[in-house]
Parts: sequence; C-alpha cells; structure tokens
Amino acid sequence: MKKPLLEVKNLKINFKTYAGLVQAVRGVEFTLYEGETLAIVGESGSGKSVTSNAIMKLIPEPPGIYADGQILFEGKDLIPLSDKEMSKIRGNDIAMIFQDPMTALNPTIRVGKQIMEVILKHKKVSKQEAKERAIELLRQVGIPMPEKRFNQYPHEFSGGMRQRVVIAIALAADPKLLIADEPTTALDVTIQAQILELLKEIQKERKTSIIFITHDLGVVANVADRVAVMYAGQIVEYGTVNDIFYNPKHPYTWGLLGSMPDLNNKSDEKLFAIPGSPPDLTNPPKGDAFAPRNKYALAIDFEKEPPMFKVSETHYAKTWLLHEYAPKIDIPEPIVRRMERYKKEAELSES
Amino acid sequence: MNHKLLEVKNLTQYFGSPSNPIKAVDGISFHIFEGETLGLVGESGSGKSTTGRSIIGLYNMTDGEVIFKGKNVHKIKSKKEQKQLKREMQMIFQDPYASLNPRMTAGEIISEAFDIHGLYKNKKERQERIVSLLEAVGLNREHMTRYPHEFSGGQRQRIGIARALSLNPSFIIADEPISALDVSIQAQVVNLLKELQEERNLTYLFIAHDLSMVKYISDRIAVMYRGKIVELGDAEEIYHHPIHPYTKSLLSAVPLPDPILERKRKRIPYVQEETSDFASMHEPLPNHFVYGTDEQLNKWLKQAQL
Ligand SMILES: Nc1ncnc2c1ncn2[C@@H]1O[C@H](COP(=O)(O)OP(=O)(O)OP(=O)(O)O)[C@@H](O)[C@H]1O
Ligand SMILES: Nc1ncnc2c1ncn2[C@@H]1O[C@H](COP(=O)(O)OP(=O)(O)OP(=O)(O)O)[C@@H](O)[C@H]1O
Ligand SMILES: [Mg+2]
Ligand SMILES: [Mg+2]
Repeated sequence: MKKPLLEVKNLKINFKTYAGLVQAVRGVEFTLYEGETLAIVGESGSGKSVTSNAIMKLIPEPPGIYADGQILFEGKDLIPLSDKEMSKIRGNDIAMIFQDPMTALNPTIRVGKQIMEVILKHKKVSKQEAKERAIELLRQVGIPMPEKRFNQYPHEFSGGMRQRVVIAIALAADPKLLIADEPTTALDVTIQAQILELLKEIQKERKTSIIFITHDLGVVANVADRVAVMYAGQIVEYGTVNDIFYNPKHPYTWGLLGSMPDLNNKSDEKLFAIPGSPPDLTNPPKGDAFAPRNKYALAIDFEKEPPMFKVSETHYAKTWLLHEYAPKIDIPEPIVRRMERYKKEAELSES
Repeated sequence: MNHKLLEVKNLTQYFGSPSNPIKAVDGISFHIFEGETLGLVGESGSGKSTTGRSIIGLYNMTDGEVIFKGKNVHKIKSKKEQKQLKREMQMIFQDPYASLNPRMTAGEIISEAFDIHGLYKNKKERQERIVSLLEAVGLNREHMTRYPHEFSGGQRQRIGIARALSLNPSFIIADEPISALDVSIQAQVVNLLKELQEERNLTYLFIAHDLSMVKYISDRIAVMYRGKIVELGDAEEIYHHPIHPYTKSLLSAVPLPDPILERKRKRIPYVQEETSDFASMHEPLPNHFVYGTDEQLNKWLKQAQL
C-alpha cells in the first residue's frame, strides 16, 4: 500500500495589500505519496509558489494569512506549529529549492562552508566527512573542479552555477520531502538534464517525495508521476502524467499544452496563446475563474463554480464540460496532431 | 532587410586580474540585420549575458568594437547622441528580482523612462500609456499601484518587458525574457515581440535557454560555449543540420512535452575536445559558420554526412 507523506486539505492563503485582500490560494487539495513526484504547473501568479511556501510555513504573517485548511505531514498538521518546532522540520524533513537562488545563499560565506553547515546540522559526522560529502554534492550537481569552487563566494558563480549550489544545499540534509520551485528554469538544457537524472537517482535510493514546480511541460513529461494544474489559486485538473498529456480534460490544460512551440512549428504561424489576462485575485470572478478566457465556456460557467469531476480512479478535472449533460467537446486538433507525431517518433526510436 | 543594424567585431570581455582573467567573452564577431532576430543560446556561464551587457555599454570592453547604425558606440562623444543611443537600445534583464526598484510601484517603474524624457502630452495620456503597456504584457490596470514584492516571479518579468518597450526602442537585447514565464504567457509575449517587430521594424538579440522558443522566434541562431561562438547559421539549418558536437548535445537535451517519448530519448553527452590555437571560424556551407580546427571540421562534416 502506498503511504501518504503529505496531505494538503482545503488550503486557503490570503494577503492583505493596499489594493485589497488577495486570495492567492483558494482551497488547494492534494496528497503526495512516499517516493513520488508531483509536478505543479500553471499560469504565472496562479499560486504555485505560495502553496509551496505555505507547506514550508514561509508565508510572512502579516501580510499573509493562513485563512483555512490543513497541511498534514506524516499525519501531523504543520499550520499550528510554532516557529521553533517548524525550524526542526524545515531543512531536515522538508527541504526547498527556491525559485530565486540569491535569497537562499549567504553572499558573505564561502559556498562550501554553506553546504557543510547543513550537513553538520542534520547528520552526525565529523568535519572532514562533511567536507568530503559537500565536495561530492558539488560534483553531483555538475560544478567543475569542486575542490577549487568549494572555497569561492556566491558572486564568483554564474546564475546557473548558483542555482546548482542551492540544489546541493537542499540535498545535503537528505530530506523526506523536497520542494523544488522552478529549480532548473535558470539552467541550460544540458545541465538541466543532468540535474533531473540526479534527482531521479536520489529519489530511487532514498524514496524521497518531490514536489516539482515548473513551467516547462517537457520537464514535467520527464520527471512527474502525477501532475496538478493550477489556475487562479485552485487546482483545476490532476492526474497521472499520462492522463494529463494524453487525455487532458480542462480547457486551461488544453491551452497550456497548445501554447508550447515545438521544433516543427513554422515561424510564420502564430503560437497559440490563451487570450486575455489572468483574473484579479482581490476579486475572483463568479463561477469558473477561467470562463472569461475560455472559448468553450457554457452559460453556467459564469454563474456557478464547477466541482471536481471524476474522469477515472486517478484523474479529476474541475470543468462543467465534464457534466453528463454538457456538449461533448474534443481535445483541440493541434494537440492531437502533435501527440500522434510524437507517438510515431517514439515508435521509430524503438526500432 | 540585409542592412546591418549592429556589428560586433572581436568582442572580448575579461574579468578579474589581468594575469589570470576569467575570459567571459573571448573574441566573438557577428552582425544583426535590421528587422531580424538573432537567437543566442549556450550553456550556463558561456558568456551570453556578458555579451548583451557589453553591447549596451555596461562594461568597459577589454577589446573589440560595437558598431550600431554605422557608428562606433564607444567613440560617441556628444551627450545628445549618447542619450539618443540609450533610447534606441534597450535591454530586458535576466533577473526580474534584481532589476526592479522595490520602492516603486509597477506604474512608476514602467513610466520612469518616459517621465525622465518628458515624453507625454498630459496626465491622462501618460496614464493610458501605462495601462496599454501593462495590457500588452498580459497584466491589467489593477496592477499599476502594486509593488514588485506583491507580484509573482513571472509577473515581475512582464513589468521589465513593459519598461523596455516604453521608449519605443529600435533594438532590444532580451536576456532570457521568458524563462520565468509559464508557457501560455511565453506564447503571448513571443507573439507580442513578433508583432511589435513587424509593426515597428524592431531588431532583437534574443538570449534564451529554451531552444524550441528560440528556434521559433529567431531568423538565425548563434551557439556559445565558453566565451566563443561555436556555431552560427539559419535557425532551421542549425536545428536540422547541426555540425558542432556541442550544438548536437544541446539539441538532444531539449525536453519534449510527451512522457513516453521523453523517457525514451537518448541524450548525447558533450566532451570538450582539446582546444587549439589553430581553431578558427569556418564556413563549410553558405552562411553556416562553425568554430574548430581544420581536422575537427573535416571529422564533424563526415559525421554530419555533409
Ligand atoms: N507578499 C505578497 N503580497 C501580496 N500578494 C502576493 C504576495 N505574494 C504573492 N502574492 C500574489 O499571490 C498570487 C500567487 O503568487 P505565486 O507567487 O504563488 O504565483 P506562482 O504561481 O508561483 O507564479 P510564477 O509562475 O510567476 O512564479 C499572485 O497573484 C501574487 O501577486
Ligand atoms: N561581474 C563579473 N565579475 C566576475 N566574473 C563574472 C562577472 N560577470 C560574469 N562573470 C563570469 O563570466 C562568465 C560568463 O557569465 P555570463 O553571466 O555572461 O554567463 P551566461 O552565459 O549568461 O550564463 P547563464 O546562462 O547562467 O545566465 C561566468 O564564468 C561568470 O562567472
Ligand atoms: Mg512562483
Ligand atoms: Mg545569463
């Protein structure tokens, strides 16, 4: 039986701002099992980072407010924990790779020392062992000449190299849950491929659970077991990686899949882009938040918020299109065509 | 077309001590035609941002020349011409966190440049311009009074793009302008950049990691590795007939949005070959340039079956 490591229930996070109360996360729910990778994708501003920061209890209060919900880690709710109790969990059981590497590094301390400190804090090892382990980690994340780089300061590294140091620090504690917020966005694709392999290896060895936030659907296809698609502070579709890529149900998911160019796009045709702007979260729209930008929207979408409809044991989507009386709408043609083309390519690479 | 807007000759940018310098950019040459997009890709730390920053004059170049509209940029003395140049060349920065003033609202950040230059008729027109720039990058009126920390990562990047567009420049250096954006906004921004390019005959140097987007937006692509351009040519050509082994490795690493195919794919690792003083730029095919020694080129061309 799979064991749930993390259960997020009806999570609601608000921010008080000059312009009003921003409802950044509006009832997010998901379960993460041991050894599993959940990818969270979705529009910029949809609440991915706020959700993951909330799990780490890193939402500043004020202006942030944990308005509702539970975050059960190994069955225990993290929301009521004190800062002191939380700091024991943070970095030890749960580690995070931040979207912005500079906030995670101390500019005045040598890189190697920063990694060693984490190891010494969480593991019973000698200084010498910690140093060896730190150098090994630097090597694993693809830093050339790690012995030399060990003694340098963060500003002596390029953007992508700093990000790899942050990854090394997160791995140093050997966490049960690793939250990676756009960990590879700043990296070139060759280093990215190497980091993804490394994360998968570590996961296999230690049964680490991973929450992977990314915009890159190619990366999702590579790493995810399951995928949650977020829009306007809510999860609007979730399922296995195959459910989401081969049988997507939510029009927003169609929009996401359709806007990726691939190597076959001719540059004189326009990319498909979801029209309009993201909703104002100080005043979320009535009904389905995606309706104003959805060309398949039904009358009810402007009135009533859809529930999560069950597509299969593993697959759910929050759209009225799944109602039994709704008109049947097929996955848009360009997405289907691309699926077929990739399928042929995969078969070709077989032989 | 076919009129060179920008010419870069032997651009060299070293950092650190002269005796043991970091050769961030090591003597690269290229040109960009008016109305064209040149994509610049390459591994992290290869010198892409430094190239962009040297062109707009953020550093004292170690060596080389930058010629914009026929004028040597670093030799312009008159204040008026320098000001004009600053308006015409704009940069969208890679790091949306560091490049926005935390004490200014989004509206103030976007209007700062045209406030300084006094480029508006009245309050109302100024306001309308801010809103239209916000909307052009997928934000809205409500965002005008918010501060940078109240935005998500991707939203901040869009403010940077709106700011770069605010002075109607003719040449834009976009340093990873879309890496922090989700794909649907990426598509919006890329469509927008292309539309603006057609309307205003803009020229772009587009730096990015995402090769599928770079191929889509670029007319030509330059591939950088350790401070050098190792391959340069037509976008389609670079994609379908790469010659340099680093380019091949890079292409094989682009993740594809298909779980079955993606998990089956073989990456081609790149092992750097001995560098040699005899290496130079070759033109094995018309307008397709590759950096290496004569022997390397012969070998690579055989491998590419050309
Ligand atoms: N400190 C804050 N004060 C006010 N609003 C905030 C604050 N932090 C985040 N928000 C708002 O909460 C929403 C969700 O932001 P979040 O950073 O989670 O987005 P995201 O999905 O991670 O986006 P991206 O892909 O761009 O990183 C956004 O509308 C953002 O403007
Ligand atoms: N101000 C500086 N001082 C010292 N070294 C620097 C400075 N700026 C860049 N470098 C070094 O120059 C090299 C090129 O850096 P640059 O930022 O141009 O790389 P990049 O190709 O843009 O990489 P990325 O894809 O990670 O952004 C790196 O080795 C970097 O460490
Ligand atoms: Mg984020
Ligand atoms: Mg850079």
